[in-house]
Amino acid sequence: MLKMTIDQAQEQIVEEFSVFADWMEKYTYLIDLSKELQGFKEEYRNGNNLIKGCQSQVWLQDEYKEGKITFYADSDAIITKGMIALLVRVLSDRTPDEIATAELWFVDKIGLKTHLSPTRSNGLISMIKQMKLYALAYKAKYQS
Amino acid sequence: MIDVQAIRNDFPLLQQKIYNRPLVYFDNAATTQKPQIVIDTTNEYYQKYNSNIHRGVHSLSEKMTESYENARRTIKGFVNAQYQHEIIFTSGTTEAVNLVAFSFGEKFIKKDDEIILSQLEHHSNIVPWQLMCERTGAKIKVIPATYSGDLDLSAYERLFSDKTKIVSVNHVSNSLGTINDIEKIIKIAHCHNVPVFIDGAQGIHHQPVDVQKLDCDFYAFSGHKIYGPTGIGVLYGKEKWLNEMPPYKGGGDMIKAVTFEKTTYNDLPFKFEAGTTNFIGAIGLSAAIKYIEKIGRQNIFEYEELLLNYATEKIKTIPDIRIYGTSENKISVISFLVGKIHHFDTGMMLDKMDIAVRTGNHCNQPIMKFYGIEGTVRASLSFYNTTSEIDYLIESLLKIKQLFA
Repeated sequence: MLKMTIDQAQEQIVEEFSVFADWMEKYTYLIDLSKELQGFKEEYRNGNNLIKGCQSQVWLQDEYKEGKITFYADSDAIITKGMIALLVRVLSDRTPDEIATAELWFVDKIGLKTHLSPTRSNGLISMIKQMKLYALAYKAKYQS
Repeated sequence: MIDVQAIRNDFPLLQQKIYNRPLVYFDNAATTQKPQIVIDTTNEYYQKYNSNIHRGVHSLSEKMTESYENARRTIKGFVNAQYQHEIIFTSGTTEAVNLVAFSFGEKFIKKDDEIILSQLEHHSNIVPWQLMCERTGAKIKVIPATYSGDLDLSAYERLFSDKTKIVSVNHVSNSLGTINDIEKIIKIAHCHNVPVFIDGAQGIHHQPVDVQKLDCDFYAFSGHKIYGPTGIGVLYGKEKWLNEMPPYKGGGDMIKAVTFEKTTYNDLPFKFEAGTTNFIGAIGLSAAIKYIEKIGRQNIFEYEELLLNYATEKIKTIPDIRIYGTSENKISVISFLVGKIHHFDTGMMLDKMDIAVRTGNHCNQPIMKFYGIEGTVRASLSFYNTTSEIDYLIESLLKIKQLFA
């Protein structure tokens, strides 16, 4: 089966969230998603991978294979980790080009935009920036 | 005792709803809300009297200068300073610490000298001293804290040497709420002929402060934490120190005569008030102080103590709760973690339930390291908070606990 495009993955998330009546259900779902986040190995939890937010910390590991980047990430805060699960679903296992040019509109549509506000300082914005930087670096390395 | 419902009516911000419920504002250690009288006074001065102080001959400027100096007099009375010129207006506590660290350091501190801080200090009462130490080559000694969040005063006594030049500690810890025994801290320092700076940012609005009785050499606080405007603060300093210390900033109003060869400085307090100060802020602060005095600081202290005891007892009933800062002497601040739930998760959920708390390390990384944690959730209560708001906090925490179980 063909992998969904970034836009399709975002549409799917928006649809998933459309059934929730209130914020409590949304956050319960984020907590569930945080539990399902997989692939992050303990060895990735190191200083090099640490993205330090003022409020919560995020670890991000990248892996480049056959023209695609896979991301593994974790956080010490559960809500942040739930958000990571969504971001990884959209951005991981993609070509550097796709990641570098991706526009993440789903966060706004599911009403969780505050999590990407700079004032929250939870490490998520820096994580997305880092993901894009990795994409640009791999692009320069392998596609130039 | 105070009439909390009547008081709440004085604070327009408390009337609003944030999501769907009335806001529960438990972030008072970060900043307090403003009573109508402070907002009105500030507005009135901008609308009717705005004019720069100490400069114009015209009547507006004269009126403004008089009001500004009246504000200084109000503050002098509030802290019971000996002289009005011992009250310096700053932008806040942080600037006051920077001022003293710089000016006192320039005059009195040299290489290998020592200063004493405590483990409970806010970063604002650490970093300015570190900057001074980098300039002078002096060293910092730290009073250790016990697990309850009290300062170990016998260890403190042992820190003194003939090189100790100043002690700087907070009146009240911002992250744990501990009320430090500053009377004793000052006495001990004075036995060694060492002056003491008290960071009163979290102290002055919870307890009456008499700088002459305390005999502290410096005491600083911020307007916005005492129901006044932001961007205004106070440094009290004993005349003898302030006279000897060189200016911190250069500019207008702090000079007597300027030539390119030599400038002579103005007298106190103006020597330390370079440039245009936040004069309307000072008047707003004065209005806030008058408001507090009307309620009575002792009444405020007693009511807030009641809130603290109520909240502590209630919050202890939550299984797996950990309270950080369990001193016998505390202001109405409770720092805590619920089980293994991350402070940020708890804070996010409380926000959704219309409860404003602070989460994180509270600009207090050394004490977080001491406890081996990244941060806490901090509920800081004020005299406009109620026991039913505390009940709602407990109810919400129990819900959150269930959600993350």
